Amino acid sequence: MRAVVTVTGTDKRGIIAKVSGFLAEREVNIEDISQTVLGDQFAMIMIVETARERTDFAALAEELEELGQKIGMNVRLQHEGLFNAMHNV
Amino acid sequence: MSGGGSVFNKYDIIETIDMIEKEHLDIRTVTMGISLLSCVRENAKKTARAVYDTVMRRAEKLVPVAAGLSREYGIPIVNKRISVTPVSLITAGFASDSAKIGRILDKAATELGIDFLGGYSALVHKGTAAYEEEFLKTIPEVLASTERVCSSVNVGSTRSGINMDAVRVMGEAIKQAAQLTAEKDGIGAAKLVVFCNAVEDNPFMAGAFHGVGEADTVINVGVSGPGVVHHALKFAKDADLTDAAEVIKRTAFKITRAGQLIAKEASKRLGARFGIVDLSLAPTPARGDSVAHILEELGLEVVGGHGTTAALAMLNDAVKKGGVMASSRVGGLSGAFIPVSEDIGMIESATAGKITLEKLEAMTCVCSVGLDMIAIPGDTPASTVSAIIADEAAIGMINQKTTAVRIIPAPNKGVGDSVSFGGLLGRAPVMPVHAGSAEKFIGRGGLIPAPIHSFKN
Repeated sequence: MRAVVTVTGTDKRGIIAKVSGFLAEREVNIEDISQTVLGDQFAMIMIVETARERTDFAALAEELEELGQKIGMNVRLQHEGLFNAMHNV
Repeated sequence: MSGGGSVFNKYDIIETIDMIEKEHLDIRTVTMGISLLSCVRENAKKTARAVYDTVMRRAEKLVPVAAGLSREYGIPIVNKRISVTPVSLITAGFASDSAKIGRILDKAATELGIDFLGGYSALVHKGTAAYEEEFLKTIPEVLASTERVCSSVNVGSTRSGINMDAVRVMGEAIKQAAQLTAEKDGIGAAKLVVFCNAVEDNPFMAGAFHGVGEADTVINVGVSGPGVVHHALKFAKDADLTDAAEVIKRTAFKITRAGQLIAKEASKRLGARFGIVDLSLAPTPARGDSVAHILEELGLEVVGGHGTTAALAMLNDAVKKGGVMASSRVGGLSGAFIPVSEDIGMIESATAGKITLEKLEAMTCVCSVGLDMIAIPGDTPASTVSAIIADEAAIGMINQKTTAVRIIPAPNKGVGDSVSFGGLLGRAPVMPVHAGSAEKFIGRGGLIPAPIHSFKN
């Protein structure tokens, strides 16, 4: 399933490496990545593909949230559906 | 739109995240409508068992499925609710025993972990049958002895006129419901709505019930997002009202699309029919989630002042226009809600004496739904409460819209005091009512005939 990973918070070094390394270990394929810095606020967005079933997906989302707490950023994993619904007519 | 080819704009993604995390965007409720018509047995005990079994079986997965959806899509789903067939219809054979059904519904709701269950209701807009008279008497007691059960009564419609005998009875029922729950500021009355032109697919409480024209099990979803609309308008400070309406429309579209997504997925996973998405802007007492503040953002110094009705009319209409295109099935109440106790901007204005009952009544002419969550003095005569209901029902009847009254005659309290219900029900100052008596008018009873424009056939 296609999903969106977002990482937001105060900019620091090594964020992309940490998050993408974490995803690679879990066989999550990164299809697209972009980032932007607004003032000292950092936002990274990844479009990812995961073969995981629904229950595993929720577990993965929780693991990513925990990773976020460790590196002091907000990390979320969401099914692409919400963004598709809200922004594509 | 799903599938491999979608293109995302990073700013769109950040916008959605901000809406959820900073502007209180959420799915306000996923409400499962359940028909209880197949549960009718020869007595209350057997009917209660059938009701319990039916509700427990059909709604078994409601809470876990909503939690899963919330997790997967990353959007909060605040309430999980159930609406049922108006209970008066299934207890017609043993109406004075109806409270048993109310209590078993509360037990089921508690065990399922849902927030509210609506449908301890009766539809008496043209006349009250003998069994319905008995049923109406049980409402205050059921609201006092249960926690999650909500009640509504439809006393009028554009097609039928207003049943003024029922209006009189409901004024008394509201007073009783408040008195029986005096230790909790009269919360019983906060779970009781009196409607004109009630809708059969409303997912919001306290007025939700599952209409008899509905399928067996249906999912209705209510979206929210006053904070999102308010935020969007902050970037349109110099826009004229045409452009401001466009901003509201675009925002309502996005909010509703989120609701449509969740409604479709929830009904699929729960094996239920997709009913409707209700486009309402429903505030909460949290700061940044207020309909009143949207009106003030449009340029009013304080909600309740002159201009409020016009601003609300525009807001309500723009929300509908944006939402209608976003969903394949729109229904319920669909408009802006103005509950006083559930909206921080309303609470502040009412506390300062800057919004009155009369102005609120005017506002209900142009929005959904009616006089909502308003505390009035505990010693207000029942006939005055009935007269307030009659005024509101008249607005609904003549304007062919839903109107409702949910007012709380706060026991042992007067103007200057306030009530507090906690949670989404919020808190409210006690507002003054007009001292002129309507005793004789209400005492007349009878039916206010249907208006001339109801004859459309």
